[in-house]
Amino acid sequence: MSKAEPLEDKSWDLIIESGRTERNYWRDLWRFRELFYILSWRDIKVRYKQTFIGGAWSIIRPLLTTIIFTIVFSRIAKLQNPGAAPYALMVFAGMLPWQFFSNALSESSNSLIGNANLITKVYFPRMIIPASSVITSLVDLGISFIIMIGMYIWYHYPPSWNIIFLPVFILLAFLCSFGIGLYLTAVNVKYRDFKYIIPFIVQFGLYITPVGFSSSIIGEKWRWLYSLNPMVGIIDGFRWCLLGDQMHWNSFYISIIIISLFLWLGIYYFRKMERTFADNI
Amino acid sequence: MSSIIEVRNLSKSYIISHEGKAHYKTLRDVMTRHAKNFFSVHRTLNNQDPGKEEFWALKDVNFEIKQGERVGIIGRNGAGKSTLLKILSRITEPTSGNIKIKGRVASLLEVGTGFHPELSGRENIFLNGAILGMTRLEIKKHFDEIVDFAEIEKFLDTPVKRYSSGMYVRLAFAVAAHLEPEILVVDEVLAVGDAEFQKKCLGKMEDVSKNQGRTVLFVSHNLGVINTLCNRAVLLKNGSLISNDTPDKVISEYMYYTTNEGHNHIILEDDLSKSIQIKEAKLVLEDDSIVDSAIDIPEKYFLKILFKVHKFIRNAHFTFEIKDAEHRVILFADKTDEKGSYESVLPGLYGCKIEIPNPLFNKGRYYLTIGCMDNDEEENNHVLPDVFTFEVADSKRFRTYPRPGNVFKIFNWNFNRIN
Repeated sequence: MSKAEPLEDKSWDLIIESGRTERNYWRDLWRFRELFYILSWRDIKVRYKQTFIGGAWSIIRPLLTTIIFTIVFSRIAKLQNPGAAPYALMVFAGMLPWQFFSNALSESSNSLIGNANLITKVYFPRMIIPASSVITSLVDLGISFIIMIGMYIWYHYPPSWNIIFLPVFILLAFLCSFGIGLYLTAVNVKYRDFKYIIPFIVQFGLYITPVGFSSSIIGEKWRWLYSLNPMVGIIDGFRWCLLGDQMHWNSFYISIIIISLFLWLGIYYFRKMERTFADNI
Repeated sequence: MSSIIEVRNLSKSYIISHEGKAHYKTLRDVMTRHAKNFFSVHRTLNNQDPGKEEFWALKDVNFEIKQGERVGIIGRNGAGKSTLLKILSRITEPTSGNIKIKGRVASLLEVGTGFHPELSGRENIFLNGAILGMTRLEIKKHFDEIVDFAEIEKFLDTPVKRYSSGMYVRLAFAVAAHLEPEILVVDEVLAVGDAEFQKKCLGKMEDVSKNQGRTVLFVSHNLGVINTLCNRAVLLKNGSLISNDTPDKVISEYMYYTTNEGHNHIILEDDLSKSIQIKEAKLVLEDDSIVDSAIDIPEKYFLKILFKVHKFIRNAHFTFEIKDAEHRVILFADKTDEKGSYESVLPGLYGCKIEIPNPLFNKGRYYLTIGCMDNDEEENNHVLPDVFTFEVADSKRFRTYPRPGNVFKIFNWNFNRIN
């Protein structure tokens, strides 16, 4: 077949050839939005249907961790909260995005392997799968919010007006975990033993992220380096919204750049690997 | 009518690894290999991975399908059927070549793809429908029909993990059957389910294509189904399309390849319950190589048989029979024709080499039956019906046009000018 032959024949609805999915990708993603809704709905439904614990778990886990962190950092290590809020409230405001991030990362990094039967039998833009698994964690975040409200009441601490900006930070947390999750899940298809590393990343992340303490205790000199952890900006943002703590805008901008970078890398790598998912999985 | 699917030079290759069974890598393997290479003195020699091999699952496949056609795809396991369907359903990309399609394709490569055991029948209808490409509106429109077809109304709100396997399959097929795509791609999915339900499904598929004008591509190992359901069939063999015709013709071709394929040679075990038996038989060319491809009309070939006689037989006789492609006997030969009497044989091994004179048969396919008989005790007869199949091809050396008939003979015409 000569190269000159025009393949862009308008009378065909679909042309399948090597490298062709690239071109239809974003259009297809929109066309398959219904599948995205229904897969998210399935993940949520399955998670909360089977066990009462499913729902309770998203309350118990952050609550217990918060209690432990408050005791360890506030009572034992005698750290102070530079803001006005009680220490436990500060910990919980940081726990919300962190819990979301770590859940989303674990869920999305295993999402492709977990849906292998779909991938080998039906076509759809594969990005739907990790995306819908992140949505499940968003519901968990919503449930955990109930505790936040309870804590406001318990400590007689009124939320800050900044709370109206919270959706922006939730979106950032979503994009951050989605970007990294995309990368990890694609790697996970290629190297199956990678899944053992993921819990370690999450565990390690907890220590280098200001969940149990305020990011203000990091000196001004190292602040830029600390901000390379994208969760730093997000957690600061959550505390700013929920508690009216001081916001470190410069480190927040760094976080945005890092998040964009991760997102770009995640999408780029995922798209590159996507073509061979069905063959490798 | 114009084509709805056009497949051009479609090829798909896989890199297969001989290192292990797993088709995915582990990070550990990759790291240890890199480490080994790093420390290896012969690094440059290690560049080519000897454990990798390219395998063409499909090679230069071309065909067209018109609207409303029901096309069966047949071939043995590993012939490339599933790869073809996967490319058509866009699950995997071709390595080269292209497919052009008009309209929406829905593929049913598995019954109940994405069914979740924890969800109820109702929920799974919506889930599976969305996975197969239906919108929620479409599913709602067909919801009652689906439930009706699956016969599960009582269990609609039961999790499907409590369903019997029959109910599960019925529900899954019911959803798929109510898809409304222009092109329906169906893999071997009817192998499950009871006979009655299979009939119902086939009826539905027939209805979909005949009455609604949809195009159906159908893979099955059930040749009977292909024959009744499809109006055309294609045969794949080792990744190539070797036949594209009416189902009965393609099926007979398929039968030929499955029964034959390099098997014009058999060796049998000793059977001491018989007084005489065939021990070994083969169909060979003049250089003693087994006939494994078409024979040219002028080519000479031989039937070589070894008989083993276990007990003395007074009246033994040996026969072979040749049938044409329609299984009509066109020739029956008996050794007694040589001298007009039966053979008496002592225990031992006997061999014969029968020359099939050339030219004898016209272009076509032939089935060969061989046998040896004890005329006094018929239960000793040993007959191998249609044991060999061979194809005679037209070399175009003699012929100016294709000749009808089974026999091909060149006669002495004694053609003279008389006046």
